[in-house]
Amino acid sequence: MSEHRHRTRLLPLTAAMLMLGVIGRAILALPTTGDGLAVPMRAGAEASGIPNVITAVLLDFRGYDTLLEIAVLMLATVAVLSLREDPAALSRRIAGGAGPVLGTLTRALAPIMLLVAGHLVLVGSSGPGGAFQGGAVLGAAGILLMLSGYARPAWASRRAVRWVLAVGLIVFIGVALYPLLSGGTLLQYPPENRKDLILLVEALLTLSIGASLVSLFLASASSTEGGGRR
Amino acid sequence: MTSYLIYVAGGALLYALGTYGLLARRHLIHKVISANLMGSGVFLILIGLGNRAEGGPDPVPQAMVLTGIVVTVALTALGLAIIKRYYSATGLTNLDDEPPAGERP
Repeated sequence: MSEHRHRTRLLPLTAAMLMLGVIGRAILALPTTGDGLAVPMRAGAEASGIPNVITAVLLDFRGYDTLLEIAVLMLATVAVLSLREDPAALSRRIAGGAGPVLGTLTRALAPIMLLVAGHLVLVGSSGPGGAFQGGAVLGAAGILLMLSGYARPAWASRRAVRWVLAVGLIVFIGVALYPLLSGGTLLQYPPENRKDLILLVEALLTLSIGASLVSLFLASASSTEGGGRR
Repeated sequence: MTSYLIYVAGGALLYALGTYGLLARRHLIHKVISANLMGSGVFLILIGLGNRAEGGPDPVPQAMVLTGIVVTVALTALGLAIIKRYYSATGLTNLDDEPPAGERP
């Protein structure tokens, strides 16, 4: 038994040490200073009218990465939704109901979280913030509401939720493909309304990311009544 | 200025720890946590290396890490959903054991 255990631990330990060695060797071979792409990126961000260089990299210079990343997130959401055991998982109350303290706190917090999410998207072009940060806050607000016993409101039908999930990716693909019609390249924003287009894509991405985070969380909620065992 | 090496070394250690966990642990949720640990190690290495620039951090690795975090969220959620479905189908939490007789669907 102990010999078997010993043997099963030896391979993982060797693999881990090997990885550590390879990474360490690669890191030490790099120069200790280097600007990378910092200088051209900053200059490009200034020129494109998006002072927050991270947002400029995400949605402009490396927009293709972000487009595929949203596609990955949507694909995972679709997969998780189709794996769920309880088809009503997205609309059922997952907790018996919040007590007076949690209920009041959630009612007070939810509008503030919506405000913060919107603010993060709007300031994202010039300061810290952006679609992912806004989407994370939006998703957290939704999960908090669901955990406090608020069910999905009646006006948010399944179809509406699916559209919210998909709209970010659809509009992003549309904006990416549009320049091809006029002989441009993929994701080449027209210079005169580059900032507006990026803000539009970011706002819709925020909605989709928030909705997908809530869906990912709720789809795996336990199917037993009242939350039950997780 | 080699303070970035602290972060890079920490990231490499996290990555190695994750590799070990992914291979040595049998419980599937432990494997998902290990994969997350490996991802966090890569993020730490990228952020650390981006800090070698003199005029402030390189924004490209930061944007790549932001992208990576979202992909990790998708990976984790999908992994957990598959594990949950596997558990309710077989009653097992690892890939090695045989399901109890008569419980195979």
